[in-house]
Amino acid sequence: MTLTRLTDERLAYGGATVFDGVSLDLRAGERVVLVGPSGAGKTTLLSALYRRMVADGLRVALAPQEAGLVPQLSVIKNTLMGRLDDHGALRNLAALIRTPKPARAEILALLAELGLADQAGRAVEGLSGGQKQRVALARALYRGGRVFLGDEPVSAVDETQAKALLSVVARHFETSVLSLHDLDLARGFASRIIGVRAGAILFDAPPAGVTQAQFEALYAR
Amino acid sequence: MHANPLSRRALVLAMIALAVLALPFADLAVSAHDPWGALARMGQGLLRPDFAAIEQLGTATARTLAFALMGVAIGAVAGGLCAPFYGFRPLRAVLIGLRSVHELFWALLLMQVTGLSPATGVLAIALPYTGVFAKVFAEQIEEADPVPARALAPGVDALSRFLFARAPLVAGDMWSYVLYRVECGLRSSAVLGFIGLPTLGFQLDAFFRVGNYGAVGAVLMIYVALVVTIRHWMRLALVPLWLAASVWVLRGVSTPPMGAGALWRFLTQDIIPAPLREGHWGELPGWLAPMVTQQIIPATLTTLVVAQLALVLTGALAFGGFSALVRQVAGIAVWPARFVTIVLRTIPEYMLAYIFLQVLGPSMLPVILALSIHNGAIIAHLLSREAGGIVAGLRVDAPRGAALWGYELAPRLFGRFLALSLYRWEMILRETAVMGLLGVATLGFYLDSALAALRLDRAMVLIVAIALLTAALDALSKILRGRLGAASLRLIPSGRLTDKDPSCPSVSEMVADSQTR
Repeated sequence: MTLTRLTDERLAYGGATVFDGVSLDLRAGERVVLVGPSGAGKTTLLSALYRRMVADGLRVALAPQEAGLVPQLSVIKNTLMGRLDDHGALRNLAALIRTPKPARAEILALLAELGLADQAGRAVEGLSGGQKQRVALARALYRGGRVFLGDEPVSAVDETQAKALLSVVARHFETSVLSLHDLDLARGFASRIIGVRAGAILFDAPPAGVTQAQFEALYAR
Repeated sequence: MHANPLSRRALVLAMIALAVLALPFADLAVSAHDPWGALARMGQGLLRPDFAAIEQLGTATARTLAFALMGVAIGAVAGGLCAPFYGFRPLRAVLIGLRSVHELFWALLLMQVTGLSPATGVLAIALPYTGVFAKVFAEQIEEADPVPARALAPGVDALSRFLFARAPLVAGDMWSYVLYRVECGLRSSAVLGFIGLPTLGFQLDAFFRVGNYGAVGAVLMIYVALVVTIRHWMRLALVPLWLAASVWVLRGVSTPPMGAGALWRFLTQDIIPAPLREGHWGELPGWLAPMVTQQIIPATLTTLVVAQLALVLTGALAFGGFSALVRQVAGIAVWPARFVTIVLRTIPEYMLAYIFLQVLGPSMLPVILALSIHNGAIIAHLLSREAGGIVAGLRVDAPRGAALWGYELAPRLFGRFLALSLYRWEMILRETAVMGLLGVATLGFYLDSALAALRLDRAMVLIVAIALLTAALDALSKILRGRLGAASLRLIPSGRLTDKDPSCPSVSEMVADSQTR
């Protein structure tokens, strides 16, 4: 079942055209990983997918590259922000003062899964880079939805932790699209790998079908 | 440098030339018959403060605090509520109008309606502060990091978006600004005493009248102690307690009753120009013309003369004097110098002018001295703080003493000094107008006379004239700063500097303040 589709789209980033005619379709149950050098257009592609799916009324959980956390608020409150659009302003205001018990319990369970249980009440500004990235993940997991979109969602943690975090994502979301810069990590997680370079898709195949030469061509100078 | 054709030297020379031109029009006489004697008695009073009138002092202190805290709290809440809608033009026009009138003038106007009641004092602070808070909060919100708001899902409503992704980002800076405003509020509150409200200014006036200089010294000490310790007692958790105490204190203020319908009469009759009130529209020019030629024009000139002389003297004191606050230049003398500057920048210029007036007798001299000493101390303090940073980064074999000032500090800080002085220029003018209440023939003097004669329509015209004059000077100062390349001064992160020195506003706060006025 196709969840969303880009057809011969022209995509721009900051006013400059990055993709001049790109097509891509996303089917339910896929775990897509975008790879490619920085500046290749991964973020542009991800945000195009996000906009399209939101416009189509799909619920999308987003972990953007710039995490967009509120440094002064606690880990719990930042996580809670994933579902603000589900409630009215008054209820959100009340939750800002005191998190409702069910929401709190659900968030604490998520934080435990992500290894953040001890940080739950701390303000985000006091956390390390890796911990902040997990809070952004927690916010996306708490939001939930049909698809998880992550732009380098595990770039600030080491490889072992990254693997563990990606498996948490896989547990919560049937379908996901992420960009990763670590190829081994990508192979381990993906059901489909898309190689992007200079505004073009070089390959789009299951991990087993991508050769080492193709990877090297992607990053060649 | 070609982008800013105005050279610093040209600006300084022009300012000095204007001051020299103003000199012949300035009345700088010492009219008191025994100024040295008065000074000696006052010095003795300061050295031997007399707290015998402890009951009156305590009441006046409590009321000074209560007026300030209530006024700032109402202003902050109202301003905070207006801030998100600051882009809405009609609202912004109202807020600009609110803050363009000085607290003392507000008090004089409100007195016509609410008499000498607590409402007068609280509103006189709350109304202009609402305008200031709205503007500063709106700027802080606008400058907050937009990324968290973008990370929210698209369907989040505006209020939740604001409360979660904006407000927490700026809350710290807002609180810093509120603290700074509490200091301003104490200043305003104390000064309101000079026009009859029961605060420390009132006690100061009363003690001066009977020559009780020891008690005068006590009032000044209490006031300085209050301001210097603000950050120790003004804690977020204690705010409800302080506000409850303020309400309790203000409930105890007894006031002469006002006639019913005072507000209605004030709005619908008193402030309407007399010819309009009587329906003779044609007589309006004839009513306005003598006011313009006999009051507004001469008083504007006097105001500008006083402000110009005060500005140049401020600059001289600040630029020459800031090095006395730098340890590597002044050595051990830095400690008494710092103490004196703290006292001088804490005591409001109006209070200083009042004191100098008692010593020197009525003329422009006490007003000019008060304005220059107070503002000079503020600028010198800010410069010395930057100088500290510069000195820390200098090479080890850098000169010391006077040569350090002349070769390292003065050249590096000159641009900064000019920018700060231009920022304070407009505040000096504003205060100069207010000093008319002390008897110098600036715009405030005619406003006071109009109010004393119960001609509120004329008072309104003068208030508008003062607001326009300050706005014009503010615009000029902005242009000059832009051409000096000093407009970026405002961009210093606010709030952070303040934590280091609890007694005084940071550069950014000072600047934010002068911009909003």
